[in-house]
Amino acid sequence: MTDQNLSLMAHLMRRAGFGASREELEHRIEVGYEDTVEELLTPEAQEQVDIYEFLRYYPLWWKPGTMGGLGQAPWVWRMINTKAPLQEKLCLFYHQLFATGVAKVDHYDEIEDMIDSFREKGLGNYKDVLMSVAQSPAMIYWLDNHENHAESVNENWGRELLELFTMGVGNYTETDVRECSRAFTGWTLKHKLPRFHMGRWDWEYEFRPDDHDYSEKTFLGHTGNFDGEEIIDIILAKPATAAFIARHLYSFFVADEPQVPAWSVTPPNDPEAVQFIADALMESDYHIGTVLRKVFNSDFFKESRFERVKNPTEVVIGTLRLVEDTNRPLPETMNWASQIAFMGQDLLNPPSVEGWHSGIEWINSGTLMKRTNFTAEMISDLSKPGVIKIIDRIKSSGSSPEDVVDACLDVMGPLDIPAESRKELLDHAMELGEIDWNDERPGQGGAAKATEILQLVVSLREYQFA
Amino acid sequence: MTSLLENGASINGSTDDPVIVVLQLSGGNDYMNTVVPYNDPLYRDYRPTVNVGEDEVLTLDDQIGLHPTMGPIQEMYKEGNVAILHGVGYENSPRSHFRSMDIWHTCEPDTLGTEGWLGRVVRELDPSKENVVTAVSMGPALFRALVAPDVPVATVENIDSYGLLTDITPEEKLNRVLGRYKRMYSPAIGSGPVMDYLGQTGLDALKGAEILNVAPEQYSSTVEYQDSSIARKLKGIAQVHLAGLGSRVFYCDHGSFDTHADQLSTHHKLWSQVSQAIRDFFDDLEEHNAADNVVMFIFSEFGRRVYDNGSGTDHGAGGVCLAIGKGVKGGQYGQYPSTKANDLDQGDLVPDMDFRSVYTSLVEDWLGLDPVPIVGGTFEKPDFILK
Repeated sequence: MTDQNLSLMAHLMRRAGFGASREELEHRIEVGYEDTVEELLTPEAQEQVDIYEFLRYYPLWWKPGTMGGLGQAPWVWRMINTKAPLQEKLCLFYHQLFATGVAKVDHYDEIEDMIDSFREKGLGNYKDVLMSVAQSPAMIYWLDNHENHAESVNENWGRELLELFTMGVGNYTETDVRECSRAFTGWTLKHKLPRFHMGRWDWEYEFRPDDHDYSEKTFLGHTGNFDGEEIIDIILAKPATAAFIARHLYSFFVADEPQVPAWSVTPPNDPEAVQFIADALMESDYHIGTVLRKVFNSDFFKESRFERVKNPTEVVIGTLRLVEDTNRPLPETMNWASQIAFMGQDLLNPPSVEGWHSGIEWINSGTLMKRTNFTAEMISDLSKPGVIKIIDRIKSSGSSPEDVVDACLDVMGPLDIPAESRKELLDHAMELGEIDWNDERPGQGGAAKATEILQLVVSLREYQFA
Repeated sequence: MTSLLENGASINGSTDDPVIVVLQLSGGNDYMNTVVPYNDPLYRDYRPTVNVGEDEVLTLDDQIGLHPTMGPIQEMYKEGNVAILHGVGYENSPRSHFRSMDIWHTCEPDTLGTEGWLGRVVRELDPSKENVVTAVSMGPALFRALVAPDVPVATVENIDSYGLLTDITPEEKLNRVLGRYKRMYSPAIGSGPVMDYLGQTGLDALKGAEILNVAPEQYSSTVEYQDSSIARKLKGIAQVHLAGLGSRVFYCDHGSFDTHADQLSTHHKLWSQVSQAIRDFFDDLEEHNAADNVVMFIFSEFGRRVYDNGSGTDHGAGGVCLAIGKGVKGGQYGQYPSTKANDLDQGDLVPDMDFRSVYTSLVEDWLGLDPVPIVGGTFEKPDFILK
């Protein structure tokens, strides 16, 4: 029998964070659902992750430049340890939306700065996020706006701003792309110096009036001597923009949608919910915190349990938080980032500006294998504090095959699985026999049998959903 | 067609059936600096900065030459094993990476398709899903070209460590858990297409690993591939092909060819990696007398803009495809699109050969399948496959 409060709180924490241990869920249930939402929306009230502790252990992680694989570690460290999980979850949302990658930028520091700006501004107005993205050296370099000159326009940023970051295909013309791009001429970066032999230089945003096209532009039906900020204001005033951002929020926080390129031709799965979010965006002047409060308290959100395939970051971070592998910096931190990449989500290095294809497209035979192998290995590691607590909970619920299976399903979710799947777990537990909790032999005692069931639980198809 | 995949095992599959290896150049490869119209005076007008120097071009004839890093391709061209397909694309090119790639993958330029053309090929090659490694994709991601309902594709990131729950020991326990896994993923459980897809994917993963594990074990070669990601992928493909597992469709990609800026050095690096890896791959197959039935097909989602932007080139339309192998009738097909200002469309080369024509030749002439349902229509085909 699943406790509805528990089940709902677990749902909220999977979506607004990276899951939570049973202790944390029980504590939050005492606080209450709506108050937990408020707590998630006020990250500044929480104790911050001490990134300097991490850097004391691993000074190389500070300004990693281009060192292969190092760049994600500080962010992964924050995600594992944060007490304000929605703040980091939103960073992931924006990173997926404003997908910018080191494969081209070749400078982790700059993309990390972009993630920092999401952390700082993510719960505020979308316009502020857009402005800081437009002036992010990483984005400028990624979409070539440093090559967008008054005399020779480079359309890369102008096009993606419209196609991927605000409106979506079908809501603007090729002329609008051109005019939009002209408005961002001269938005460039400085200190683009060769890295040899003096090492990396920080990049900074720079506006160069001598390279800005000040002449008249006609954009989405408006005519004027627009600059980039005015272009963004025009874009945000369009209902199409609110609808597009709403769909992004829905797809990330509520339930899987088709991939972004399909949106211009495929209506939302739940048009009313997306419209609700779009209205909330327009009414709040795109205040994301206000919109998320409405989303998390809505019925459609509460009813959307297990309707999203977990993305690889959710798989890895969620597992690490569950097994409480969080106490101090370890060399594994970089390995955790690699694990996320092996499952198809190389953070700070998305395959393209479109970001990752999500939902069921996370799953193929290779990535399913990686997800299963990683979670099964972690959940059976009896050196992890969280695993010991999980085993203790299972122990306290009994020793019969039925007790053990139900306790495993409860503590790993609670998971609500079809009778056929439960029967397989039960058959397996019966094959292992009654658990003797006093048998402490490694590999074959009571705990080993329980972890074998846990390994099967995390291998379930149903476990791939959040 | 006769199935070499009966009895599931297919370990002793025939090595004579035609095999296709698709190499996707992701990001939009610059046609004009890959296959260079070096004698066209307009080329240098359009490309004052981002051009291939006249003395560097590897000439194929008095009009056309290759990028200087493509020496290995030039050699193969001279041997008659490279077909260059000019001006490939489709009408109203959207110039968006994602939409363009979707179109190439699904053969649906007008509506949004979800089924990949190679997925349909695999379904025809192995209609009863006898062999889960009929199609093997090298690399972490599964390409949409291979996606079709009920079509298994092995997505192999690293062929040396491919397996499910490989940390569980001893073997007895692993077998017990995998046995249960198989039952949990059986088609009887689950409802709806997503759960069915997950179930099938899990079972395919299990079976694919069992089969593919033999490939690196059996492999030995004197060819030493260079150290690049495309070389590793092609070496993995060679290992699977040489193991005779009945794989017919291989897929891999390299990139990013999205050279809006700093094109000269990026394009140089990418094409030297690709050219050398292709040479090593075919040398490896030749060494094992296993090259005759392999055709490699190379494409990119679009070519790039005719005018350079001072540092790179922006998204364009018409592009170039290559087909390489002994089954290919070497030479050039179609016309280099006109570079005259009046003939350009929004500053881009206008494609004259529909990409589905090229697919038609590959599907019908090389793989021996009915191309119409696979490419979604009837298209005049370039005659670049040896009969």
